[in-house]
Amino acid sequence: MVTASETNAVLPTADLQRLLDALSAKGYRVIGPMVREGSVVWETIRRVPDLPIGRRDQQEPGRYRVEQTGSSEIFGVVHGPQSLKPFVFAPREPLLQIERSKDGFTTSPILPEPDKVAIIGARACDLAGLAIQDRIFLNDTYRDPYYAARREGLFVIAVNCTRSLQTCFCASMDTGPRAKTGFDLALTEVDDRFLIEAGSEAGRDLLSGLSLPPASEDLAGEATRRIEACARNQVRQLDCSRLPHALYEAHEHPRWDEVAGRCLACTNCTMVCPTCFCHTVEETPDLSHQHSAHPRLWDSCFTQQHGYIHGKNIRPTIKDRYRMWLTHKLASWIDQFGTSGCVGCGRCITWCPVGIDLTEELPALLAPGVQPSIASQQMDNA
Amino acid sequence: MSKPEAQRQRPRLAVFKFASCDGCQLSILNLEEDLLAVGQALDLAYFPEASSDMKAGPYDIALVEGSITTAEDAHRILAVRQQTKVLITIGACATAGGIQALRNWADVEAFKQAVYPSPEYIQSLSTSTPISEHVHVDYELWGCPIDKHQLLRVITDLVVGVQPRLPGDSVCLECKRRGNVCVLVAKGIPCLGPVTRTGCGAICPGMGRDCYGCFGPSEGERKGPGLPPNTASLATRFHRELQLIPAEVVRRFRGINGYVSPFRAESETWGNKA
Repeated sequence: MVTASETNAVLPTADLQRLLDALSAKGYRVIGPMVREGSVVWETIRRVPDLPIGRRDQQEPGRYRVEQTGSSEIFGVVHGPQSLKPFVFAPREPLLQIERSKDGFTTSPILPEPDKVAIIGARACDLAGLAIQDRIFLNDTYRDPYYAARREGLFVIAVNCTRSLQTCFCASMDTGPRAKTGFDLALTEVDDRFLIEAGSEAGRDLLSGLSLPPASEDLAGEATRRIEACARNQVRQLDCSRLPHALYEAHEHPRWDEVAGRCLACTNCTMVCPTCFCHTVEETPDLSHQHSAHPRLWDSCFTQQHGYIHGKNIRPTIKDRYRMWLTHKLASWIDQFGTSGCVGCGRCITWCPVGIDLTEELPALLAPGVQPSIASQQMDNA
Repeated sequence: MSKPEAQRQRPRLAVFKFASCDGCQLSILNLEEDLLAVGQALDLAYFPEASSDMKAGPYDIALVEGSITTAEDAHRILAVRQQTKVLITIGACATAGGIQALRNWADVEAFKQAVYPSPEYIQSLSTSTPISEHVHVDYELWGCPIDKHQLLRVITDLVVGVQPRLPGDSVCLECKRRGNVCVLVAKGIPCLGPVTRTGCGAICPGMGRDCYGCFGPSEGERKGPGLPPNTASLATRFHRELQLIPAEVVRRFRGINGYVSPFRAESETWGNKA
């Protein structure tokens, strides 16, 4: 029987090192947020002071800043550009080694042998993104062994959000700010204490090893109040109630031209998106032409090459590409995977160099638009 | 299936220099451990920077460095083309006119008078132009200097007879693959990465600096399968949010590849506002 003391506990923030040490003792490399080059990125964490204590991130369209608050808050920074994606779907990894033989060639798969990794500081939106990528890469029929090898041993310590960024809209996507599933442990920072909850057998095992006192109802209640307040404070939202069909019907909306005038097709939105999974493969032979590696790299539906298909580019213009991305992300993703491709993390808004905001674009696209004139239709077809 | 070494005729490689600093040619010598393999796969027939044994053409592959800035060079490049099967420009000068193409917006005669005691000895055209304005170019390697790994890759592909792969993606794609923090978003500095071609390994943003476009415009300069990059949107961002005055926007785009059409058009648009 699982008792309350095994599923939740209280840990003074001053004792967080005990948790890091317990993970290290189990052989995990602990990865957490660290300030670098004006943002937080995932780095190996050895001591609590490695974490961005007393810092907060301010995010708005096309702008990210980390500020000092002078407080002792440990997880005041909500997130940086990276979701959990790089840990499971590597930005660049070898798939095969190809060797020329007497009568052809041989191929041998190169499966990753990842470190045992524990990530501390994942947010509810990150977990929602991971769950969507699991559906894509671990689908029974097309199980990706490279993703699976990285995913298998991942130990995830979520941090429930008690502060929303201007760019957050997870509440409207029903993916946060509280982490519901997909974590081993979840922390909620309440002043000088953490409420710790276990979400898996491995999490319960680690928690019981820490021999912490169970959390009081007061602490659990205060944690819930702060998470709910965080949800209420979100200023952005996405109304997906008319999707997918309304977006299909907006295929010729004049708003696409407007947003294409701003879009750089630079791929940043897709790179920071926790769910975007496009990739390409390359052949990298050496000069002797006896050996070749066959790596997989992150790719994006915004590149020119991505739309190139047997002699023709099917998405030559930036308008084609933005429309393809947004329609897939918010609409056809539902048909394809049974869920929206958006988790409401807001990264595509912040990390767009020109600050394009999909929570502005979707309502504009679903509003009645002026019918494109015959002249502009002819230009499209030209 | 490749033939045994003895039966195979090694392709003849030539390296020509026009108006340039030699840095791209040095990238070949900087291949270091791969240089022996290049020497085995190719006959380095004409490469004055590396060897005084300069063999006459014809050549299978010519790497051309530098831009055309003299009447003599404008003739010489025709001769290079005539004795070359595959002509590849290496670097910003040969591909786009280089930093010396800044003269295209200036009065070269006035420069001569100001700099030289006997300006009548200077035989120079009033413009610096890319090789492609003079002869047909088969492949273009961008960069100041070029990336030696990209050069090796193209040579490898040509030796075996496949189409070289030269990605036209933005620098941003490579920054994100490498885990670089975006300097434009996180520091507010006017990075040209979103409209610049990858191939460099995103070196400058990786060191916390802004890209200054030395690999030229992403997706190429001409309307083709893709479009020229959306420089207008980025320039507007530089001006409105990052508070660059029009003259500074002009300088951003009028750099090492300032004469290549998308960057040239953008700088001229903002030059009219300055």
